Amino acid sequence: MAHDHHDHDHDHDHGQEPPSDMALRVKALESLLVEKGLVDAAALDAIVEHFEHKVGPRNGARVVARAWTDPAYKARLMQDATEAIAELGYSGGQGEHMVVVENTPQVHNLVVCTLCSCYPWPVLGLPPVWYKSSPYRSRAVIDPRGVIAEFGTKLAEDVEVRVWDSTAEIRYLVLPERPAGTEGLDEEALAALVTRDGMIGTAKL
Amino acid sequence: MNGVHDMGGMQGLGRIEPEPEGHAFHADWEGRVHAMTVASPTRSNIDAGRHQRELIPGPEYLRMSYYEKWFRSLSDRLLALGFVKPEEFASGRADPHAPKATPRLLARDVDAALSRHGSYVREMAAPAQFKPGDRVRARNINPDGHTRLPRYVRGRTGVILSMNGAHVFPDSNAHGKGEDPRPLYTVRFRAQELWGEAANPRDSVSLDLWEPYLERA
Repeated sequence: MAHDHHDHDHDHDHGQEPPSDMALRVKALESLLVEKGLVDAAALDAIVEHFEHKVGPRNGARVVARAWTDPAYKARLMQDATEAIAELGYSGGQGEHMVVVENTPQVHNLVVCTLCSCYPWPVLGLPPVWYKSSPYRSRAVIDPRGVIAEFGTKLAEDVEVRVWDSTAEIRYLVLPERPAGTEGLDEEALAALVTRDGMIGTAKL
Repeated sequence: MNGVHDMGGMQGLGRIEPEPEGHAFHADWEGRVHAMTVASPTRSNIDAGRHQRELIPGPEYLRMSYYEKWFRSLSDRLLALGFVKPEEFASGRADPHAPKATPRLLARDVDAALSRHGSYVREMAAPAQFKPGDRVRARNINPDGHTRLPRYVRGRTGVILSMNGAHVFPDSNAHGKGEDPRPLYTVRFRAQELWGEAANPRDSVSLDLWEPYLERA
């Protein structure tokens, strides 16, 4: 897969690689839109910066860790996730109507968008490629247990699997089970245990 | 429309390729496409944007990467709404006689715009027809325009979990016919209702469906 962050296992000089066809076409469109005054190049830089550094799964991890350590916060989160998530400073596009679904020993939740790629940007950032790709979008609803097994977790037959297909503007975040043996950890240490895949539901923690 | 984008329940579309956390974009151009789409003067209508991507012919849709689809639909939409002329798109140069526009989004406004607390909820035009616990059937409709009712639930019976207020109705909004807000329900379907007796009897799939997609069962 094309990658802008150069791997250092190649032997040619940096900067010598010819730009891909897509890179050229996108650059041409950007130049045109800037020339026409339709977009501002500095605004584009700021948008890229936002998605690379200001949103991402570490935001969601803080929400989860707070819910694990503060029962009153968890109650608010389950009641009105949008407001409870905004308390921690996370809001914006693709997070307008948040719903949190809780994993328990009896219930496992899995989130998908079969029709496109809906994903809670303020708390998880932009989705991984697999989440937006045909294999996941097609199979998550018909074979969630098989999909979760491919990510390394075999769910017991007597666990109830609830799949959430994000067909409207409601966005789902999975509240994973708090791992055993973490009673002594503070919120920050707990947040470090929370993974993106755990908050989509393709993995357990 | 019954396009390839409506792929829930299909099999054989390939392996899922896991990916570590940490990269929003996988090439610089992907970030630029994302940013241009967000800043574009065509941005106002999320449903129209989705429909534009669905209009990419199926074989191409399946072959293209995610941001290739975004690039294609951004280009198509800029052309369709007249922000860019075909000659300009082909040459990459602005028509020197065309007046220069003012960007909708400036750098200093980006953070506020991206964290704005928007909403798709609107005032209810009429009382909701269903309530939590009601059994409903997803209608067997096959519109050739935009819809958010996947094929895999059409004709299937489920139970209303919640009524989420009146939300902007994509089937109307995508086509510039107004927001036409309709009650939005979260509906749970048993996996066996969708996929047959071989599915685990405990499992379910829940979807967010607007009232016009549903009938009483």
